[in-house]
Amino acid sequence: MIRFSLNGALVDVDAPPTERLSETLRERLGKTGTKVGCDAGDCGACTVLLDGAAVCACLTPAARVSGRLVTTIEAETPELSRLRASFHAHGAAQCGICTPGMLLTAADLLTRSARPSEAEVEQALGGVLCRCTGYRSIIAAVVAAGQGVLPEEQAGGIGASVRRLDGAAKVAGDSFGADEWPEGALVLRAVRSPHPHAAFAIGDLTGLRSRSGVAAIFTAADIPGRNAFSVIPPFADQPAIAASPARFRGECVALVAFEPGAEPDLSGFPIIWTPLAPLATPEAAEAGTPLHPDRPGNLLVEGRVVRGDAARALASSAHVVEGTMTTGFVEHAYIEPEAGAAWMDGDTLVIRACTQAPGMDREDTAAILGLPTDRVRIIASATGGGFGSKLDLSLQPLIGLVTLQTGRPCRMVYSRGESMTSTTKRHPAEMRGRIGCDAQGRITGLEFEGCFNTGAYSSWGPTVANRVPVHVSGPYLTPAITARARAIHTHGPVSGAFRGFGVPQGALWQETMYDRLADKAGLDRLEFRLRNALRDGDPSATGQALRAVGIHDCLMALKPHWTRALAEADGRAGRGVGVASCWYGCGNTALPNPSTIRIGLAPAGQVILHQGATDIGQGSNTVIAQIASQALGLPLTDFHLIGPDTALTPDAGKTSASRQTYVTGRAAKAAAECLRAEILRRVNAGEGATLSLSGTTLAVRDQGTTAQIDLASLPPDANGHVLTAEASYDPPSSPLDANGQGAPYAVYGYGAQMVELEVDAALGTVRLLKFTAAHDVGRAINPMLARGQIEGGIAQGIGMALMEEYLPGRTENLHDYLIPTFGDVPPIESLLIEVPDPEGPFGAKGLGEHVLIPTAPAILNAIRHATGAEIACVPALPHRVCEALP
Amino acid sequence: MADYARPQTLTEALRLLAAGPGRVLAGGTDLYPAAAARLAGPIIDLGAVAELSGLQSGRQSGLRIGALTPWTALAEAKLPPALRALQQAARQVGGRQVQNAGTIGGNLCNASPAADGVPPLLAVGAEVELASALGTRRLALSDFLRGPRRTALGADEVLTAVLIPDSGLQGRSAFVKLGARSHLVISVAMVAARLVVQAGRVVDAAVAVGSCSPVAVRLPAVEAALRGALPAEAVDRVRVPDVTEALAPIDDVRATAAYRCQAAVVLVRRAVAEALA
Repeated sequence: MIRFSLNGALVDVDAPPTERLSETLRERLGKTGTKVGCDAGDCGACTVLLDGAAVCACLTPAARVSGRLVTTIEAETPELSRLRASFHAHGAAQCGICTPGMLLTAADLLTRSARPSEAEVEQALGGVLCRCTGYRSIIAAVVAAGQGVLPEEQAGGIGASVRRLDGAAKVAGDSFGADEWPEGALVLRAVRSPHPHAAFAIGDLTGLRSRSGVAAIFTAADIPGRNAFSVIPPFADQPAIAASPARFRGECVALVAFEPGAEPDLSGFPIIWTPLAPLATPEAAEAGTPLHPDRPGNLLVEGRVVRGDAARALASSAHVVEGTMTTGFVEHAYIEPEAGAAWMDGDTLVIRACTQAPGMDREDTAAILGLPTDRVRIIASATGGGFGSKLDLSLQPLIGLVTLQTGRPCRMVYSRGESMTSTTKRHPAEMRGRIGCDAQGRITGLEFEGCFNTGAYSSWGPTVANRVPVHVSGPYLTPAITARARAIHTHGPVSGAFRGFGVPQGALWQETMYDRLADKAGLDRLEFRLRNALRDGDPSATGQALRAVGIHDCLMALKPHWTRALAEADGRAGRGVGVASCWYGCGNTALPNPSTIRIGLAPAGQVILHQGATDIGQGSNTVIAQIASQALGLPLTDFHLIGPDTALTPDAGKTSASRQTYVTGRAAKAAAECLRAEILRRVNAGEGATLSLSGTTLAVRDQGTTAQIDLASLPPDANGHVLTAEASYDPPSSPLDANGQGAPYAVYGYGAQMVELEVDAALGTVRLLKFTAAHDVGRAINPMLARGQIEGGIAQGIGMALMEEYLPGRTENLHDYLIPTFGDVPPIESLLIEVPDPEGPFGAKGLGEHVLIPTAPAILNAIRHATGAEIACVPALPHRVCEALP
Repeated sequence: MADYARPQTLTEALRLLAAGPGRVLAGGTDLYPAAAARLAGPIIDLGAVAELSGLQSGRQSGLRIGALTPWTALAEAKLPPALRALQQAARQVGGRQVQNAGTIGGNLCNASPAADGVPPLLAVGAEVELASALGTRRLALSDFLRGPRRTALGADEVLTAVLIPDSGLQGRSAFVKLGARSHLVISVAMVAARLVVQAGRVVDAAVAVGSCSPVAVRLPAVEAALRGALPAEAVDRVRVPDVTEALAPIDDVRATAAYRCQAAVVLVRRAVAEALA
């Protein structure tokens, strides 16, 4: 028995002495506020205080805490209270998975240094990784907590920096996929392929089945439905549990369910592997045997956009540049590994897990398990980051299968290594092409050829292949273009969605070419971009006449900063300034992607918002509510949010493609307007009436008279609403023809970023000094959250530019796979540009993916400006920078 | 022996080790990341052996650092400028969490080629004290480290202390570490340099490089070239072959071998300059 003080109370716990303290706290003491991100001391998410000093609970033997004081996020201390309030006020918690570790590490700092400087905060918190915020808001929050000054809360609807509605939960230690499970839940472990390509034979399982603690074993043969899924149903090709052969390292080939409390030990699982030669590169794969027989040449999809005669335009151009760009696999590296639980509720299979797409999870899981869709319910847990990877199924069909077949609840938590090996990645790209301009520096034509390694299964490969040619012109008028992108299967990790769907890779090529072309044309690099920036009415590469085009405004907003930065860099060795732009279509590419929102008034006097847009940290819980609040005319404080839960919320589609603010926002606006109209109709009030709720009374004031509706007297419907409305919205788009011509998106967002940096030419290291980021968001629904997206996107762009490369078998942890830490993200000045889009709710456009696109090319352009080094392969690790120096 | 033991004294720990094989647990910051769900036993947890922690001036001379002294304690201790490199390294081992738990003795026994503690200790001519139930012996750190993840530690032995001779406490030192990000860096290359200046001349120099060979090494040719130099000319006396010929770097996910050689030269010059600043 280990006795210690936990948050001020004496506890006794019977745990094995070398059990990780994180496990003891979570499993035996129910303190699930302590999060586990890596089990290796690499991420700091599990930080607790041991006698006041921050330690990783995952590295601490349970026996070590005997007789000592342990403080977890469940504690109330003066430091924690101040820090919680400050994190909440600064938007320093986005998804919230790193937040408990951040708060405790900061609490340790405040007890040692009551009013820490930014530098002290950065040094003290350097051991905790965050993938969402870019760290700047966290630094600000800790400094402010030390000084005891908090920003005042802004009230109101659209345009107010309202604090995150789910923020209080985030700073208390939110409930993620791993944090709730039914009593008696079986514990699942997957058997995964150690080879990129291998045949396998599973031996006699009777011995293992009878081993104490083993409840059940499942293989591909046990899948009752269609053992093939894809985020795009016509491409369904990925098994939930693979039959031989395994097509990538980390693929699940069997599943073992253990009794609760049993050692989940997979050793001795009878399986014989016969490694087969893998097709490791697209080049080899195009000449090799197809992974999927119906895809000759391993070609999944080729996307193309052809407009005008690019070859002829280039032949007669005054200046032409030609070049290549290569990128590698990039891992999403959210701090929450995939986790969830399943149980039966009568005939309904209930799955509670982290996700970006509950509706898709439901349909695909039902198909795999051979169930009608209405027998599967998906409850989205708080999701500790997603960035695209949690759009795809991971453990949902696995936990669903075990619960369905055994009738017992179960749960599963991926290890960091499992999360990294088995889930999707950003597509590696090999890109080449030419861009030309006339003597005045006006773009004449562009040719692009991109090969994208889409890995073993389809996932979002078709989307990437289609998005890249549409966007590779950048937000510039390009009269003639021929752009082709192929998604090629290999025996690599499945490449899927990652913030930008291939567009960041394309922008790396295009924006670095632009700098070379500007030089050839003898033009300032910003001026060159301004000269070519799209304007209202200009046709895009797909021939779509654009409106509400904000790129010119973004570039103009950077101009004074650009002039200053160039002057400051002038004559200083190693200093460089770079700029790059982005544009990005919001929503699915030329395909329907509707959202539905339900809103109602409860008899107790609350606005109930059925908000099905999963908030993975980006802020839809708050932004969608702000839109609804504004459209309805009742304050946010009257709102109560439900969902996402497929039993309680209508489908608001997936959190991807920068679509939630725009698409679900439009649905929320329509639903709220409909409810408002219904209220006004009941009391014959005019459009200008004001609403207010007091107790169960809804007051409608119109031109000096007030009508009252007693909500408690009205009959509630099945949802418990006495007045209700539901509305859907689907972006109007048109299909692309064989040449990629059409109107694939109804709304585009625009942006441009500028970076100032310093290259240490002797070592090839890059020190970032400052980002200035101008993003046209149409209308900033919540400026604080918008800035949070910009800072987080820039942090991921920094990673892509300078350090991140996933190598299967070699970087399957968070110390060999490097993501930016505190200190790698410089100060960021965000300039929110508002060119309202007539289609967006209150003019708003999407932002979530845009923010990452310009970052990496701006960095490469600044390195070239500083040193002349033309880097054609990212990440620009120090040795690659050195090799590229002229 | 039981799967887990938590001795209160060194004598008890050594008796347990003499009785049968056991894995010694110090800070846990290397054992746990390499472990599955549980640590494979039997484990001898030294966490309660108070006598192994802390710093003391040697009985006659020098400095004795208890093997269980955590990085934070080293970083915050008042130490002579010769140990500044060690203190700088202590602030860069993982994050604060790892620095609060990880120990200097554990860092040496783990014997990673990228162990942050090694170059600063090589640069002060450190020895290690190894104890078993049969007695105590001392080894130069350079003899203790035998290769990647290999040491001279016997199965029945515990590394009890790091001993720094008086001669190693002279002069000033600096530590520079290179990686692709700011924090939580497993280094591409790192250098510790200690220089003793008397009457305007470098009279002694010790320079060690880590992450560029199976175990961190001293650079005797560089040290010889530095001796007798005026501080202003010291950096120029660091010749490329004197650095690179002592190293045997590899290509890995962090960098190429060629880059490591190039970087090591730059880092040696910077560490020398910083130690003299």
